[in-house]
Amino acid sequence: MKFTLSWLKRHLDTGAGVAAIAERLTMLGLEVESVDDPAARLQGFVVGHVLEAEKHPNADRLNLCKVSTGQTTLQVVCGAPNARAGLKVVLAIPGVVIPATGEPLKKGNVRGVESQGMMCSWRELKLGEDHEGIVELPPDTPVGVPLTSVLKVDPVFDVAITPNRADCLGVRGLARDLAASGLGRLKPLAVEQVKGTIKSPIGVTLDFTPDTAAACPLFAGRLVKGVRNGESPQWLKDWLTAIGLRPISALVDITNYFTIDLCRPLHVFDARKISGNIQARLARPGETLAALNGKTYELDPCMTVIADDRQAQALGGVMGGEASGVSAETTEVFLEVALFDPMRTAATGRKLAIESDARYRFERGVDPAFVLPAMELATRMIIELCGGEASEPVIAGRVPADDRCFPFRPQRVAQVGGVEVPADDIRRILEALGCRLDGGPILSVVPPSWRADITGEHDLVEEVIRVHGYDAIPVLSLPRPAVVRPVLTAAQKRSGWVRRGLAARGLVETVTWSFLPTAQAELFGGGQPELRLANPISSDLDAMRPSLLPNLLAAVARNADRGNKDAALFELGPQFDGDRPEDQQPVAAAVRAGRSGARHWAQSPRPVDAFDAKADALAAIAAAGGPADGLQVGGEAGPWYHPGRSGSLKLGPKLVAWFGEIHPRILAALDIKGGVVGFELFLDAVPLPKAKPTKAKPLLKVSPLQPIERDFAFVVDQAVPAEALMRAAKAADKGLISDVLVFDLYEGPHVGEGKKSLAIQVTLQPIDKTPTDAEIEAVAAKVIEAVGKATGGVLRG
Amino acid sequence: MTDLDQVRAETLNSISAASDVAALEQVRVTALGKKGGITALMRMLGDMGADERRVFGQQINAVKDEVAAALEARKIVLEAAALDQRLARERIDVTLPARPEAQGRIHPISQTVDEVVAIFGQMGFTVAEGPDIEDDFHNFTALNFPPEHPARLMHDTFFLPEKADGSRLLLRTHTSPVQVRTMLQQKPPIRVIIPGRTYRCDSDMTHTPMFHQVEGLVIDRTTNMGHLKGCLIEFVKTYFELDDVPVRFRPSFFPFTEPSAEVDIGCSRAGGELKIGAGADWLEILGCGMVHPNVLTNCGVDPNEYQGFAFGMGIERIAMLKYGIPDLRTFFESDLRWLRHYGFVPLDLPTLTGGLAR
Repeated sequence: MKFTLSWLKRHLDTGAGVAAIAERLTMLGLEVESVDDPAARLQGFVVGHVLEAEKHPNADRLNLCKVSTGQTTLQVVCGAPNARAGLKVVLAIPGVVIPATGEPLKKGNVRGVESQGMMCSWRELKLGEDHEGIVELPPDTPVGVPLTSVLKVDPVFDVAITPNRADCLGVRGLARDLAASGLGRLKPLAVEQVKGTIKSPIGVTLDFTPDTAAACPLFAGRLVKGVRNGESPQWLKDWLTAIGLRPISALVDITNYFTIDLCRPLHVFDARKISGNIQARLARPGETLAALNGKTYELDPCMTVIADDRQAQALGGVMGGEASGVSAETTEVFLEVALFDPMRTAATGRKLAIESDARYRFERGVDPAFVLPAMELATRMIIELCGGEASEPVIAGRVPADDRCFPFRPQRVAQVGGVEVPADDIRRILEALGCRLDGGPILSVVPPSWRADITGEHDLVEEVIRVHGYDAIPVLSLPRPAVVRPVLTAAQKRSGWVRRGLAARGLVETVTWSFLPTAQAELFGGGQPELRLANPISSDLDAMRPSLLPNLLAAVARNADRGNKDAALFELGPQFDGDRPEDQQPVAAAVRAGRSGARHWAQSPRPVDAFDAKADALAAIAAAGGPADGLQVGGEAGPWYHPGRSGSLKLGPKLVAWFGEIHPRILAALDIKGGVVGFELFLDAVPLPKAKPTKAKPLLKVSPLQPIERDFAFVVDQAVPAEALMRAAKAADKGLISDVLVFDLYEGPHVGEGKKSLAIQVTLQPIDKTPTDAEIEAVAAKVIEAVGKATGGVLRG
Repeated sequence: MTDLDQVRAETLNSISAASDVAALEQVRVTALGKKGGITALMRMLGDMGADERRVFGQQINAVKDEVAAALEARKIVLEAAALDQRLARERIDVTLPARPEAQGRIHPISQTVDEVVAIFGQMGFTVAEGPDIEDDFHNFTALNFPPEHPARLMHDTFFLPEKADGSRLLLRTHTSPVQVRTMLQQKPPIRVIIPGRTYRCDSDMTHTPMFHQVEGLVIDRTTNMGHLKGCLIEFVKTYFELDDVPVRFRPSFFPFTEPSAEVDIGCSRAGGELKIGAGADWLEILGCGMVHPNVLTNCGVDPNEYQGFAFGMGIERIAMLKYGIPDLRTFFESDLRWLRHYGFVPLDLPTLTGGLAR
């Protein structure tokens, strides 16, 4: 919403300056986005007097002028055709910033002649488009004074209006708020009836069913005969130009003026182009309208049109039609001042993609009680600017009933706002905003017709606090809990541990979209119709992710393209198995690509493998507080993993994590070269730690005796899981064997086809006495027997 | 000079002359070995008379002790020399790089959430969460959005397909539906913050289709706008770790709060560089207000009994401001160069006692 300072002052009697007005508007919730004050950029310009103008000795088209600054005389080279002796001009001396370029003027040398200043055009001053020649100031302008002292410049405000403040889409509404806040006085708006001297030849009807009557509850029309639709007066053209509207003709400019000035969009028809009478109705199926913007629209029966006896002539509240528009030849004008349903207007504008100042206001709601006064004001202005005589008004419908009246407890201001506003101030503020107040301790308040957003006491409370000023609200400390207690749930803490645990392992956390291309979702078991967005931002982001891996893999590919092939990334976030809240589950997932690290003189990196992913998964589970020992390792993971090089980690029947190499077919589909491993940890499957009565750890029991290590190599079938062998060895003597680890795996000709050799180190931890050699041998025999029984393994010869 | 004197002198000389441990051992054998000179003299004791033997025995023992001590002393010297010699040979190029260890990073979004939780946590806020896929009631209706509010329409909200009954699920456009879920589940007093993913159908220089918000909600019998101001001013100062940040509350409009405010913080843009703190300019960082009575009613809370405030802010936005990250879109590009540069090391756990950031 743009307006100029002088426009505002048409409604507001104030001595406040531009900055004070801007500050107050913002602090009233009418956020000033910019103030363009031409005076600010005209600093340094002075009025000059051209004393002499001669041809430049070395250039035909240039003049060499002697220009007085009042104090001294400068030599100025000027290319303007109108540069001549006697002219009063706008003069810049070196150092002054030229608005059009933003650069300070430098002393110049034009074709061998020094130029000590510059005479400017309107365009160079950014005060207009005129660049035909230099500005010619009136002959009686005093020489040497600052330009701003003789040139009328009008600062332009641009204010962002929140959707609840339709009334402030008119300059008068803004003036009213400023006056209520004490920054000036709202000037009265006198509405005098214009006496109709003729009868309107055009009648008006509302043609709706009771169901659709709200589409246009009131239509006031008036004919003005004998008008001359010439140019608007300069003041009107200046205001419209200043806010970015192009002056067109007096009649059109009047409608724009009412829209901006009083938030009251109007429409004017060339009455001679109207056939018969006017009716407001819903559009007929198949009806079209060639609108004023030069486009033709297909209408549907949800849209309100203003039609004559033949056809639709305007889209109610949105835009007029081309056929009945006014032109320079218009001599009879029919004025429309009507009310249109906000929702229907919004829907129409949206469907047809028409943005207009009228739609913008009607969809937010214009003042229903102002229809008839506006008709009088507009008629008067038409006659003032264009001449003619007015008909009697033709009015269909009535002002919709407004029986709003709210009880208001003044103490609510302090209760909600935390600020004591004196009763007199409360009353003054509400009255200044247009409310009517009645009654005693509990007031009854009738809000003004232009404030449809006021729907109850809470809105009145807000108005008082807002106009009184948020700065006046004292700052209070939120009462603190006596002791700060942990605020995270167990699940939230778990996520934090996993996140920092994985980062501590060298993985880099990333955050990726919750959506991805359907084709990729399908690769990971997703892409269900119920999880596909109806209006995706692009076809690349149209399905909710069924897994975190595809986006991480895509990130691997992008980093590889940038030359970083050894990505190690993880993410914590939701995956979507369905569209119900319980189908969303938190997952921690990671991928490692390429090699285990950078090349190094002392150690060679190796390709990442499934055991890197397994280690990451186990570390994440441990970080989550999961039972690292109780996990069963299985051989099968989701179908996007390599079938032979992946596994699952389970707690009983519950799947906790998948890990392994990513399936080569998936990598190919995602255009990734080289191997990638990864894991997915389903965080909710990790049991939350039990609330313990004490944080004390169990007592440490350590043996004073040296542990003893014995090595064994077993030959087993290739299919035997190492874990089975380790478990059997460990169980061989639970009292003595504290640890079993695998230190070698051999497959090859020395052990035969289909076999492998697993070498284990068994640690015996004596508790109370050092075992004898015979006792150690006995344990070794038990290990060999147990392994043989469990796995068929025999000691390697 | 007796034989003993001679053996002593020769031996001590040889000890001094021994140039390495092996030569010294040879001296020891020559003097004290089975066939050594001193050993030979010892053997002579057996042929001596008692008196002579006593005198000579004392002499020879003294020499033996003296030789042994000299041997030990020389050995220490020679060993030290040998070690010096070895160490002189054993040289590495310490400028060679050490074995590499991978350093992980925490994403700035996670770090910022942790910071925000640390600040509000000590004010007694707990952390609430809710689903990303929401329904119209929780995302709009309960929050007092009028039925035809533009935010409900296609250009802002991501919708899932229409169901048989005509309803449509959507991706939450803000974290506020969790306010609704919290109030429906929990009796006042309530103090929660709600960080999470949010979605808007918008993508350009300054918008991404997914971003993060943190929402706050306080409901009790007495909390008013003064508390709202106090709470958020304290947040701003603590978060930006600046003692003097001007904070401005400016009236605004949101369907779910009334009165509503936008909060600006002071900044300076002098020289094209944005600096938070006292300065000529204002920068909007969050929206807030007193919870609208309609929202309380919709959530089963009696607005005549309870009141409170809510606020919401963009995680990426406050992270960008604090850490000087220039471009929103880069948060979601997973560019390792960016993640390493703007990410945080895992040990940097934000606390109020230890400071939020290094």
